[in-house]
Amino acid sequence: MIVTLAVFAGLAAVAAWWLVQQGLAEKPWLGTQPAAELVAPGTPRLPTAKIGLGIFLAVAGLLLSLIVSSYVMRMEMADWRPLPRPALLWANTGVLVLSSLALHWAVRAARRGDRAGVQDGMVMGGLTALLFLAGQFLAWRQLSAAGYRPATGPADAFFYLITAVHGLHLLGGLVALGRAGVKLARGAPMHVLRLSVELCATYWHFLLLAWLCLFAVLAYAPSVTAFLALCIAPFR
Amino acid sequence: MGEAVHPANTAIPHDHAEEVELYHPHSWWTRYVFSQDAKVIGVQYSLTAIGIGLVALVLSWLMRLQLGFPGTFDFIDPPAYYQFITMHGMIMVVYLLTALFLGGFGNYLIPLMLGARDMVFPYVNMLSYWVYVLAVLVLVASFFAPGGPTGAGWTLYPPQAILSGTPGGQDWGIILMLLSLALFIIGFTMGGLNYVVTVLQARTRGMTLMRMPLTIWGIFTATVMALLAFPALFVGAVMMLLDRLLGTSFFMPSLVEMGQQLKYGGGSPILFQHLFWFFGHPEVYIVALPAFGIVSDLIATHARRNIFGYRMMVWAIVAIGALSFVVWAHHMYVSGMNPYFGFFFATTTLIIAIPTAIKVYNWLLTLWRGDIHLNVPMLFALGFIVTFVNGGLTGLFLGNVVVDVPLSDTMFVVAHFHMVMGVAPIMVIYGGIYHWYPKITGRMLDETMGKIHFWVTFLGAYLIFFPMHYLGLLGVPRRYHDIGQAAFVPDSAHTLNAFISVVALVVGAAQMLFLFNLAWSLRRGRQAGPNPWGATTLEWQTPETPPGHGNFGPELPVVHRWAYDYSVPGAARDFIPQNEPDPAGRAA
Repeated sequence: MIVTLAVFAGLAAVAAWWLVQQGLAEKPWLGTQPAAELVAPGTPRLPTAKIGLGIFLAVAGLLLSLIVSSYVMRMEMADWRPLPRPALLWANTGVLVLSSLALHWAVRAARRGDRAGVQDGMVMGGLTALLFLAGQFLAWRQLSAAGYRPATGPADAFFYLITAVHGLHLLGGLVALGRAGVKLARGAPMHVLRLSVELCATYWHFLLLAWLCLFAVLAYAPSVTAFLALCIAPFR
Repeated sequence: MGEAVHPANTAIPHDHAEEVELYHPHSWWTRYVFSQDAKVIGVQYSLTAIGIGLVALVLSWLMRLQLGFPGTFDFIDPPAYYQFITMHGMIMVVYLLTALFLGGFGNYLIPLMLGARDMVFPYVNMLSYWVYVLAVLVLVASFFAPGGPTGAGWTLYPPQAILSGTPGGQDWGIILMLLSLALFIIGFTMGGLNYVVTVLQARTRGMTLMRMPLTIWGIFTATVMALLAFPALFVGAVMMLLDRLLGTSFFMPSLVEMGQQLKYGGGSPILFQHLFWFFGHPEVYIVALPAFGIVSDLIATHARRNIFGYRMMVWAIVAIGALSFVVWAHHMYVSGMNPYFGFFFATTTLIIAIPTAIKVYNWLLTLWRGDIHLNVPMLFALGFIVTFVNGGLTGLFLGNVVVDVPLSDTMFVVAHFHMVMGVAPIMVIYGGIYHWYPKITGRMLDETMGKIHFWVTFLGAYLIFFPMHYLGLLGVPRRYHDIGQAAFVPDSAHTLNAFISVVALVVGAAQMLFLFNLAWSLRRGRQAGPNPWGATTLEWQTPETPPGHGNFGPELPVVHRWAYDYSVPGAARDFIPQNEPDPAGRAA
């Protein structure tokens, strides 16, 4: 559970940093300031949807970290038999990077007010994401053809589970991207569009980061184990 | 989302960001069934939770009939008994307590108490409720599936949970249970995002975090915890579902069942225990923190005193929330883990007693020299404090490894957790319903029926669970269909079991009086008026009772003070609502 606790500690640190700024030491029973003085006018506020997405990402991040935790705990056992990793995963990783870059491009275009640029970025981002999913599916086919199926061993099961969970999250992102595309097609005003594209891009970057972590754990698992063993040795 | 004219990401002046486009229902269906109004969703959540809770109540009766009078009821055979205890536990913890506190009280109170018109994502909020209903339906379906519901115990420990010897293990029971849990978590996550973001973004002007009522602090912190804890159960449920359906071996070691080598191999059952309790322990506080918050407001209102140590109360809530994530393995002392881990988890567990004790002292000091009105909400609040202290003290026993090991899996544990997270939160739920029913319906619940309900429930709960501690100390094990004639179990223990069962039947029946009261008072109750308790918080200051669509009138209330200005010296009344401006001249 060390991975989970590390992620949890990170989230707790962010929460604590935020709470400290909220005047938790103030004594609300003393005096009644006029309401107008309580919030300085012009205090920058993030759009509600962005905060919502941020919290969702915290939850999704913890979910993934729990799976990684389970994986790492299982890996420490003596009978661990790692999986061969298909070279295809490297190509898929590259495609996912492209996808993230494309959405970043779309955000830049939206900030300039360039509708055509937004459209290009979103189409590219969507297509590359689909390509990534197809590539992952192909990697599954290759593995299962080589005799590595979910039921053949713990490492195999974890590989399918981790890639499936990540893929499902991307699929959900594609639904959101599709909805943003509908807004674009219907000629929604630029500030509305821009928010949608920004939300999608944030989600994509998160999934890229998550995939890089998951890929590292899946591909270089033994060295991670050794590293972890080193870290927790004093507590054994 | 607000269709404001501001481009995203630029600074929005606070006093312009409040008004949001409200969803307006167009028909009876969208007003009362597929409603996006948080108040309606809150009531829907509560009624659904109470409905499924009644099933769990009946199951507890059946269990008690078997324990009190073994051999008398033929239809309660061992598999049925295991199914009853499993479903009773799961329903009570997840589908009743969690859903009622966060989905029910959370939805109804968060927007109203914060001076908001609704939740920030009303459509997602509606989806959250309907996914919860789906989860409940899948759960209920398992009663009618071939083989019946799962009998794996509410902790669903593998490998037994999916083996043929456990009821539902190789039938539909465990599959439906896991599916239902996954659905519940998806639904809850949608709702939870709403509650958290609403607290962050939709507070009215002047409602700083430190002016929020403690109810909101409790629900807010518990929701954050639930968002972080439920994924662990989700992962565990999905992995076990794959073990059962696809033959993976996440949790299943290689084993021989009835002489047959099973296809599984290489899984780790302990892994599931870690995942389950990483959810399971915070779950205790997910239920307790809203209860702490609500009870603080009940006590302050009905003792006409400001809450003692408001800041400490807030800090304690946050501290308990954070600490509860590093204690999970105290449920696993007997799992064969490293003794140093046991030492670590015993220490963190006992540290939680500090913020919890701070809260108890502050409640008592709030009551001290207060103008205590012994009405029904106050009685339940007092009942909560006593019960929670009781359950907390036995928690100190069980938190220590050396005491826990001999007491593991005895009735002592059953008595402990029923006191601390069964009876105590239920007391608060009742107190909360008696307190807010007048706002929800515009009528008071009947006081006499309420008092009978309280006394039978309160005294009955003690008659049930106090003797159970003693049974546990004798060594009477939990989860046994029939303890039979064992040398260490005296005859008096059997008599005691019969006594407990009789009381359990009576206490269960008393809850019917409560349900009758809910229905009867809807039409016949005394008219409540807008603020029958003389409370300060914003939900009592709405222009209409019950609050109309959009909660407040054309203008949102502006908050000028904290939520606990009771019995302020020199004030005209013994309470000053949060939205009342300061009269000129009163010293700050």
